Amino acid sequence: MSWVSKTLNSTLGRKLLMALTGLFLILFLVVHLAGNLQLLIPDGGESFNIYAETMAKNPLIRVVSIGNFAFILIHVVYSIMLSRYNKAARPIGFAESKANTNSAWASRNMGILGTLILIFLLVHLRGFWYEFKFGEIPTAVYEGVTYKNVYLIVAEAYSNPLYVLFYVVSMGFLAFHLSHGFASAFQTLGLNHAKYSPLIQKVGIGFSILIPALFALIPIMMFLQA
Amino acid sequence: MNLTLKIWRQRNNADKGGFKEYKVTEVSKDMSFLEMLDVLNESLTEKGEDPVHFDHDCREGICGMCSLYINGKPHGPLQTTTCQLHMRSFNDGETITIEPWRAKAFPVMKDLVVDRSAFDRIIQAGGYISVNTGGVPDANEIPIPKTVADKAMDAAQCIGCGACVAACKNASAMLFTSAKISQLALLPQGQVERKTRAEKMVAQMDAEGFGACTNTGACEAECPKGISITNIARMNREYFTAVVSSENL
Ligand code: HEM
Ligand code: SF4
Ligand code: FES
Repeated sequence: MSWVSKTLNSTLGRKLLMALTGLFLILFLVVHLAGNLQLLIPDGGESFNIYAETMAKNPLIRVVSIGNFAFILIHVVYSIMLSRYNKAARPIGFAESKANTNSAWASRNMGILGTLILIFLLVHLRGFWYEFKFGEIPTAVYEGVTYKNVYLIVAEAYSNPLYVLFYVVSMGFLAFHLSHGFASAFQTLGLNHAKYSPLIQKVGIGFSILIPALFALIPIMMFLQA
Repeated sequence: MNLTLKIWRQRNNADKGGFKEYKVTEVSKDMSFLEMLDVLNESLTEKGEDPVHFDHDCREGICGMCSLYINGKPHGPLQTTTCQLHMRSFNDGETITIEPWRAKAFPVMKDLVVDRSAFDRIIQAGGYISVNTGGVPDANEIPIPKTVADKAMDAAQCIGCGACVAACKNASAMLFTSAKISQLALLPQGQVERKTRAEKMVAQMDAEGFGACTNTGACEAECPKGISITNIARMNREYFTAVVSSENL
């Protein structure tokens, strides 16, 4: 075995991949949110549609998008590998456990939270990404140029209260995942220092509340406006 | 105090084992937890029954031999060793559940006794330094900043009890291993084997079948010696630096 595969197969190597992919996904969330917030601009979806098409056509964004899918895949595959590995490390469990006295609930349930996020991701990708790429989409014309009117697809989805609820609850799961994941990724990378760690922890908590809340705000606002 | 003890009994490693209930009466609040078990064992011996096997040695909180998962927590309700836990931490009439450490790498040998030699093998893999033989070196010959010496001493406090493994949902030994790696990586004396040590000790930790770390912090919260998870971050740094730069292919 080469030193690279040996390292990536070690417990620390696997965690390294979890942390790096997790941090990339965190970065992606910010970019994605910035784009989505344009849904709230009251122009009948013009800015959002133009933005979506410009992004889809940009070759750099295409590369990043493929990378993004790959990172989600790595994050999910390694989370399954680690969860199984960790379960095997304790074949017989304790009859009684007071784990809630020594650790946060989210930190002990990252796998469950991740799975719930994955379900959301699949529904989300099927509904929007797949439709945008391969579906029959109405068009809109702005200044003589024809664009796919994804805004309409999104607005239609968000007129369904069940979909909005599903979206909002899923953002709750994301919030819990990030409430542990954000700071945890830095610890995994070995970035723990008395000067920075308290700040990383605070930013992590702020991030885990603010970003999912803003994501959730979009369907709520669009539902109320519909 | 009168207590009901729900204790894990297991004849040997191959036996399936199960809980058994015992009543103990007239327990003093000033007894240590182990003294309370001594009282139970005396009565069992008098009745001709097999006494409950449990590990202990110094009974001063310094050797790391005592263990026991008491009422759902390693070393019981306080952040101390079981030998330093006293019955005043419990209530009269209470039922106390006592289990052995549970981890694949810590097989149960008998009742509450587990084999913790996996820890020894992790230390053997790299927890040592090379020194010249000959005359005794002068004290303070090598200057070490106080802050660094303090950190190394804090890490060196680890008594190898295994409570961190028991506390961890993944039965991970990262707090222990990181304390041992940190203690030597921080000091000038530990530099010769620094990279190889990190690689070998982590490899041995994995080979023993301990889980990976999810950074829940349960280990730090339960460690009787207050070993900090900043040591785990240091171990990760040491390991990642070592694998990309050591001479070991
Ligand atoms: C936008 C989506 C996601 C983001 C931003 C994200 C982010 C993160 C971050 C930053 C960590 C901490 C890594 C570390 O401790 O070093 C993490 C851990 C984890 N994630 Fe995710 N994640 C996402 C989706 C998922 C999905 C879909 C799954 C699984 C199906 C998942 C499963 C896990 C698990 C199990 C851990 C804990 C691993 C461990 O330490 O044992 N995550 N995630
Ligand atoms: S790190 Fe703490 S809990 Fe773990 S073996 Fe050392 S002293 Fe025990
Ligand atoms: S018996 Fe030595 S630490 Fe408890």
